Amino acid sequence: MKLNKGSLFALFAVLELASDSARQLSTTDIAEKYGISTHHLAKVMRNLVHAGLVQAVRGVGGGYRFAGNVSRTTLLDVIQLFETLESELDVPNHWSQAGDPIVAELRSITKEIDNLTKAVLDTITLETALKSTRRRTEAVAGAAGSKP
Amino acid sequence: MKEQISIRNAVPSDLDAIIALDEVGPKEEKPAYWRGIFDHYAKGGKKDRLFLVAETGHEVVGFISGEVRAWEFGSPPCGWVFAMGVSPTMREMGIGQRMLEEICKRLKQAGVTTVRTMVDRDNKVTLSFFRSQGLRTGRYIELEKEIE
Repeated sequence: MKLNKGSLFALFAVLELASDSARQLSTTDIAEKYGISTHHLAKVMRNLVHAGLVQAVRGVGGGYRFAGNVSRTTLLDVIQLFETLESELDVPNHWSQAGDPIVAELRSITKEIDNLTKAVLDTITLETALKSTRRRTEAVAGAAGSKP
Repeated sequence: MKEQISIRNAVPSDLDAIIALDEVGPKEEKPAYWRGIFDHYAKGGKKDRLFLVAETGHEVVGFISGEVRAWEFGSPPCGWVFAMGVSPTMREMGIGQRMLEEICKRLKQAGVTTVRTMVDRDNKVTLSFFRSQGLRTGRYIELEKEIE
């Protein structure tokens, strides 16, 4: 599965902001943390504001704050603001009818994969993803602490 | 005021409440089905078969059932949760989490360290719940076809 930059940057931003909804972060803060383009992220943030997931904070310092519902918003909700996640078979426009059954079979298989992908992404809420992230952090800290 | 929730083994007098909580399956088949489940999972005092209910005061507000299954589909012994329900008026109060934690504790006492379940791909609520409790897509893939 490949996510386009818009989806990926949006997930970085939304998960980062949702991890502490009282905190505000600027585009630069998030871009520096993830090593991504501030310019591209700024466009992504405008989309997220429009979707109601984040809120722009005016005034000195400025930045963004999480404005969505962490236990209801899923990863697919975020991704679908930027792409459709449908597999593309780069089949040429003109093929002979004799090729139809094989093209149809390949389309059926990719549709099966797409349905599974969506079923995973549409059932991981931001809250669940962040809980799992915290467990990873604790596991790493625990392993580091137990080293001689 | 939050009522205390307790989790205990199911007893025969719980059956009517459990049947009422079960939202899946044809209504007319439920009593016979649940009596069969109760006979298999709640009687006999076997450590590897579990049928638990969640109770507030004297009201049953949830149920969960599971068992240890060994070597099915080539899998070493593991715990399975195959039925679960929470009263619609008592959702999002942590009852599902408490029941799952208790059944996992008992499965571990029975000697297994993995718990599995199976959920309809379109059942977003249940899938989201299990994912929120740390379950991820497992290594076994369910396959099926229509028998012509």
